[in-house]
Amino acid sequence: MADTETRPEAPPSFYQRQGRSGVLLSWLFPTDHKRIGIIYLTAILSFFWVGVVLGLLIRFNLIAPGRFIAERTYNSLFTVHGVIQIFLFIIPGIPASLGNFFLPILLGAKDVAFPRINLLSLWFYLLGGLLIVLSVFIGGGPPDTGWTFYTPYSIRTTANVSLALWGVILLGFSSIFTGLNFLTTMHRLRAPGMTFFRMPLFCWSLYATGWLQVLATPILAITLIILILERFIGIGFFDPLGGGDPLLFEHLFWIYSHPAVYIMILPAMGVVTEIYPVFAQRTIFGYKAIAFSSLAIAFVSYAVWGHHMFTSGMSDTARILFSFITFLVAVPTGVKVFNWIATLYKGAIRFGTPMLFALSFIFLFSIAGMTGLTISTLSLNLYLHGTYFIVAHFHYTMFGGAAFAFFAGLHYWFPKMTGRMYHEKTAQLAWLIMFVGFNVLYFTMFLLGLQGMPRRYFQYLPRFHTNHVISTVGSWILAVGLIMMFGNLIRSIFKGQKAAMNPWGGTTLEWQIPSPPPAENFATLPVIERGPYDYSRKK
Amino acid sequence: MNTAEGFAEGHRIDAAGARMGMWIFLFTEVLFFGGLFLIYTVYRVRYGAAFLQGGRLMDTAHGIANTVILLTGSLTIALSLALLRKGKRGLSLLAQGLTVLLGVFFLAGKYVEYSAHIGHGLYPASPVLLGMDKGKILFMGLYYVMTGVHALHVLIGVAVISWTILLTARQKITPRDTIKLENTGLYWHFVDVIWIYLLPLFYLIT
Amino acid sequence: MAQQEIALPNISYRTYVLVWIILLALLAFTVAVAELHLTGLLLLTSIFIATLKAGFVAIYFMHLREEPWVLKGMLFFVLFMLAVLILLTFSDEWYREG
Repeated sequence: MADTETRPEAPPSFYQRQGRSGVLLSWLFPTDHKRIGIIYLTAILSFFWVGVVLGLLIRFNLIAPGRFIAERTYNSLFTVHGVIQIFLFIIPGIPASLGNFFLPILLGAKDVAFPRINLLSLWFYLLGGLLIVLSVFIGGGPPDTGWTFYTPYSIRTTANVSLALWGVILLGFSSIFTGLNFLTTMHRLRAPGMTFFRMPLFCWSLYATGWLQVLATPILAITLIILILERFIGIGFFDPLGGGDPLLFEHLFWIYSHPAVYIMILPAMGVVTEIYPVFAQRTIFGYKAIAFSSLAIAFVSYAVWGHHMFTSGMSDTARILFSFITFLVAVPTGVKVFNWIATLYKGAIRFGTPMLFALSFIFLFSIAGMTGLTISTLSLNLYLHGTYFIVAHFHYTMFGGAAFAFFAGLHYWFPKMTGRMYHEKTAQLAWLIMFVGFNVLYFTMFLLGLQGMPRRYFQYLPRFHTNHVISTVGSWILAVGLIMMFGNLIRSIFKGQKAAMNPWGGTTLEWQIPSPPPAENFATLPVIERGPYDYSRKK
Repeated sequence: MNTAEGFAEGHRIDAAGARMGMWIFLFTEVLFFGGLFLIYTVYRVRYGAAFLQGGRLMDTAHGIANTVILLTGSLTIALSLALLRKGKRGLSLLAQGLTVLLGVFFLAGKYVEYSAHIGHGLYPASPVLLGMDKGKILFMGLYYVMTGVHALHVLIGVAVISWTILLTARQKITPRDTIKLENTGLYWHFVDVIWIYLLPLFYLIT
Repeated sequence: MAQQEIALPNISYRTYVLVWIILLALLAFTVAVAELHLTGLLLLTSIFIATLKAGFVAIYFMHLREEPWVLKGMLFFVLFMLAVLILLTFSDEWYREG
């Protein structure tokens, strides 16, 4: 695996130190946040690829009208695609992998506040993933309800809903404990001199995310537990046959799932906020505005869930209220975008791969955001709900936004995690192919939605054919780019050039320790005397 | 507030940090039960009359007795911590033991209560229950789920306090390092607070 | 060497017993109020008294009184958010037609 630096007195990297237990146990039950982060990273990206393959199959089915795949199988395809990409990839995503690896280091700490609970989070994640995979293969077959599990169908279907739900519940607890850990870590373990307002902004984004994880996820947990009880003992809260109301399920589900999308995007915004100062060699513009906007986004995000339910039968009062509040959440997001652009203004910009991903993030997320405004407009939503416009919107946010930022972070922190550099030219080419493929795949879906193509349909009218073909071809281009990117990264782990301690010229704490870091992170306790983005003293 | 308290040079305990972590965990529990309270509130407003009738199916005396048990259990575990801090290990163990006992009484009472209801044919999806009106079905469903999830938490609490008894006896919890007992106390008090809300919601509707 | 950071001050046994007695008194009060058959207001009144009880448990038994403001602030924030969720759900519940 990766080597330490070649100075003879350098401490062994965290990959090598084992403690008293053998190699196997020290990687099965690690409490080192960096090992936990690496294991999460490997699992998360593996599940991402499973989700990608399912997505490619969905697109393949849609390349022509008429049917290739059976209806129920198609329903299961988009259900499992959603469950995996959302609960096993993008929600744990950045916090569990890059957050775990770098949060303590960015704060000048040795580890998170509760390393053993961190291990528990990891095991909940892996077990949850296992249960979801099992639900695909055994007995009743994979769930076919959509990842949203709406009742009463989710109560009636004979597919393996309960098994998948248990998996999701476990994943929820993994997320809860990660949030709890990060919040306590930031309150208690900052190095001397590091006030809250000297923390890097990635940490601020993880702080806001932590509150979302801790307060929203438990509601999902209890709702899914009730759903399991409905299936097994017929409780009836969400089932008209038992006196219940399916709309109440939707409320409870989205009370979690809307804040969940901010769990996905806030850390992503935090990652790109780290990259802009480094690749423009200028201090961040509007530090406090960006910090507070993270908190504001988290706060407002609790109050907008009804915009997923505009056509469900809610009262007009609720619909107008939720539409209005949803417009508000765009404001702090806009604050971030303007501050990022101001950071770049007159900077010495280098277009390395992390920067390419980070810049395209602004473009793609802006499309996502503006189409978000379109569908939060109540009158427009009545036409666009349940169409491909929605599918396009959320893929621009989650894939073009969160995932591209994740890839930005992967490339940015690759040298620190592995001690090696990836191949830059290949990475840039991969980015370009991905960018083109992504837009061909998903922009077409906006057009399909406006034309009236419903989502979750396994076949369609002939007038949608052309756009579906274009979209599917886009998925192949995107897949080529992804393969190239992953191939480059994996190859570079073993064959990449040795990386310097600070290859990008960053100013945050991780660039002052060896690549890869030793187990204790810092040989001596850092004492912080200035903010995290001080470029005035660059040699 | 920035500190280096957790920077482990040697073995240092950040008790304030551990308590903060426990409180945050309790916040997640507030939202966990909060979802159930939300459902209850919605259906109570919708089916007010039926909920009142459902309340008559409940044994109020039992509910009050259970409240007294849990309130006293909060007292005993709070005392056990104070006693240990003052070095009175034996008395602390006694207080912890009493707390466990009270918890077991609570659970035994729940068993008796549930058996009585089930004996009358009042359980989820039973023919008797399904023959009643919507509001009553939902009331009984909420009763079982909310008190059931709560009882599960009581059971876990009993197990955890039994564990702190062991640790206290073995001097792994000491007057100078009481954090495990403190956090267990926090959990037990929280379980008490949930019941404080469940009482009027199910047993005092008349 | 184990140290206790920000150890909580010792609380007298008397305080705990006193709080317990207050809690039992409030319990009696709750039961009495329920007998008054207030119906409509009953839910709100009982929740109010329950909140008083919960407050005593939190402040004295759970030592919230001695904890730093950060923690008190967090608790208020959490309860506020729960209230927001319930209220917003009722924007649908109260105004639905049919």
